[in-house]
Amino acid sequence: MRRGNVVSIESSCGWKENCWQKFSPRRPVLRVSLFITCYNDTLFPATGKAVVRVLERLGHTVDFPAGQTCCGQMHWNTGYQAEALPLLSRFVEQFRGSEAVVVPSSSCVAMMRDHYPKMAEELHDAKLKAEVAELLPKVFEFSEFLTKRLGLEDVGAYYPHRVTYHASCHGLRNLGLGDGPQRLLRAVRGIDLVEIAGLEQCCGFGGTFAVKNAEVSSAMLAEKTTAILNTKAEACTACDNSCLMHIQGALHRQRTGVQTVHLAEILAGDEGAQ
Amino acid sequence: MSGTALDPKTAPTFPMAARSMMGDTQLRKNVRHATDVIQAKRARVVGEMPDWQELREAGKQIRQHTMEHLDFYLEEFERNCTKAGGVVHWARDAAEARQIIVGLVKEAGAQEVIKIKSMTTEEIQLNVALEAEGIHAYETDLAELIIQLGHDQPSHIVVPALHKNRQQIREIFRREMNLPELGESPQDLADAARRFLREKFLRVKTGVSGANFLIAETGGVCVVESEGNGRMCLTLPETLITVAGIDKVVPRFADLEVLLQLLPRSATGERMNPYNSIWTGVDAADGPKVFHVVLMDNARTEILGDAEGRQTLNCIRCGACQNACPVYRQTGGHAYGSVYAGPIGAILTPQLQEMHHAQTLPYASSLCGACYEVCPVKINIPEVLIHLRNKVVKQNGMLNAEALAMRAMGIIFRSERRFRAAQRMGRMAEAPLVRKDGRGQGWIGWLPGLLGGWTQVRDLQSMPEETFRDWWEKREKKEVTRGN
Repeated sequence: MRRGNVVSIESSCGWKENCWQKFSPRRPVLRVSLFITCYNDTLFPATGKAVVRVLERLGHTVDFPAGQTCCGQMHWNTGYQAEALPLLSRFVEQFRGSEAVVVPSSSCVAMMRDHYPKMAEELHDAKLKAEVAELLPKVFEFSEFLTKRLGLEDVGAYYPHRVTYHASCHGLRNLGLGDGPQRLLRAVRGIDLVEIAGLEQCCGFGGTFAVKNAEVSSAMLAEKTTAILNTKAEACTACDNSCLMHIQGALHRQRTGVQTVHLAEILAGDEGAQ
Repeated sequence: MSGTALDPKTAPTFPMAARSMMGDTQLRKNVRHATDVIQAKRARVVGEMPDWQELREAGKQIRQHTMEHLDFYLEEFERNCTKAGGVVHWARDAAEARQIIVGLVKEAGAQEVIKIKSMTTEEIQLNVALEAEGIHAYETDLAELIIQLGHDQPSHIVVPALHKNRQQIREIFRREMNLPELGESPQDLADAARRFLREKFLRVKTGVSGANFLIAETGGVCVVESEGNGRMCLTLPETLITVAGIDKVVPRFADLEVLLQLLPRSATGERMNPYNSIWTGVDAADGPKVFHVVLMDNARTEILGDAEGRQTLNCIRCGACQNACPVYRQTGGHAYGSVYAGPIGAILTPQLQEMHHAQTLPYASSLCGACYEVCPVKINIPEVLIHLRNKVVKQNGMLNAEALAMRAMGIIFRSERRFRAAQRMGRMAEAPLVRKDGRGQGWIGWLPGLLGGWTQVRDLQSMPEETFRDWWEKREKKEVTRGN
């Protein structure tokens, strides 16, 4: 499939009724810059590929600024502010001038929205401050980009599995994603979406919290995996691979056979690809 | 939990304390049940308020304004309280507050005092100081009575005995009140407490209370409670001594209109507290003849001086953050090593200790934000936690394993080349630890050192063969080739 090719969209998504008219030509084609985030780049490349697939299938073009690394969340949240500050300038350098920045991680977007303005303030750099103010409104978490920026719910996905959705805390509380991710999921063909009990309960990851307070983190995780298992889902999805890595760690340790999968990977699902 | 007072100076680290608390199945069951019940009640009464978010904002504005002009309002309170016949004392720290109170009790010639539930008196360990002078303090709040008779410590700022269930309370009463036939219905337990306390109310001539609010405009003091035992302590004794942190002041009487809506709904899930007592000085016709207020600083001005930590002082002690906190829910309050447990304790205690103790408390949170969401005065607890973590890091310097690792990661993230090299090295380093499953997916079941916390109960998927950026580069090359 060639990027941005409308014809290939129609043929690959398996979506019969006037598929491409829904996307274009009314919808403008955007040049989307992908901020993959350090841990997705290293540990979850499949999520990045899925984001690219969904965005291109919708007719947009994707670029990937090569010098990008990390948003600084781990350092900032653990108390290493001095180490996080240079990463702000790096992010701005890489994404300055982007039409839209898409990030498949709520917590990284929360880091940027909640702390970048203050960080720019601390650096006493008026130019950087102005650039941050200009860039931040263009930064979107992946599901948020689809529902709020593009106004979509049905992105033409097919995923014939029983799935439960985990609302990550940063997506829920810091970004206010609301039921956006669930609306995207409900529109997926073939999916059997089942609600989890205690949707708003933290899974216990919390970055370095998971190792610094491993015991408490484990106890929180036990409640979450119990809730997941109670749904009898085959897979648990979320907008954050960090929560999912944590949840998957326990689901695998207990050999439950339940998978974790990033929302983007479900939305990238096509008929024929299953 | 023994009868030793909770003291951040001697408490074990949070992870250590949490570990021992989490071994107590009964405690965990009780805490989970109680927090579930209170949270459900809170959600119900908050849900019926169409202007709840506006109320929260108003509460925040009142508290913030007060903190910005604290000196002014404290002096206004002193003037008006004095005018109404109260005597105002100023205490720099806990020791000074204890000394003043013990002195006042002795002056009143008392051997016993009756007390209203007060976390401030717990903070300064007043009962220990009174005992040392041969003065016995009777706690009259039902929960505090349970704690006192059980030689226990409070685990919640609103519901101090939240970690005990009815059967455990019955055992304490049977033993300590010498009631071998006591039943376990709420009625039985309330009757026993009532008989036990009524006699104290009628006999003891000196009362000690805390305060929910000090009203600058009138010099009045406000205490809210559910049982009426507080009202007994405020009205029956001849001498009343109130101790309050200087953060408890509010500018106007009318501010209670906002705060007394926010507090009960957040604290106990009630529309209004059953007992709202507000008194101003003394009255010859009724109530105590002598009234003292001890205004205590105890590190609050240091907190006020910290622009980012300052919002901690806006707290109105509702405990909603404790009920909402998934960490507190697992450990209960004692793990926090202070009378202030849960998220508010995690930010308040280290600041009261000027960060020299309780360094692990700012890390006792997954930063999930549930506390901020329920806080009636919108204290951004996660933000303060991060601010305090930064203080801890600065205090501990760079010569420790964590700081060195963080520094190394910082250097890596500042260069794409170094980041890619680190990704390759990571893959090599993990290789000896990886075991393949039936589908060829690699898993790590054991990690060394600090990271071992992860693999205690979790596996870790091994790193994929190809990073995203490697894949992207290859794809771009293909595109270019095809395009040519």
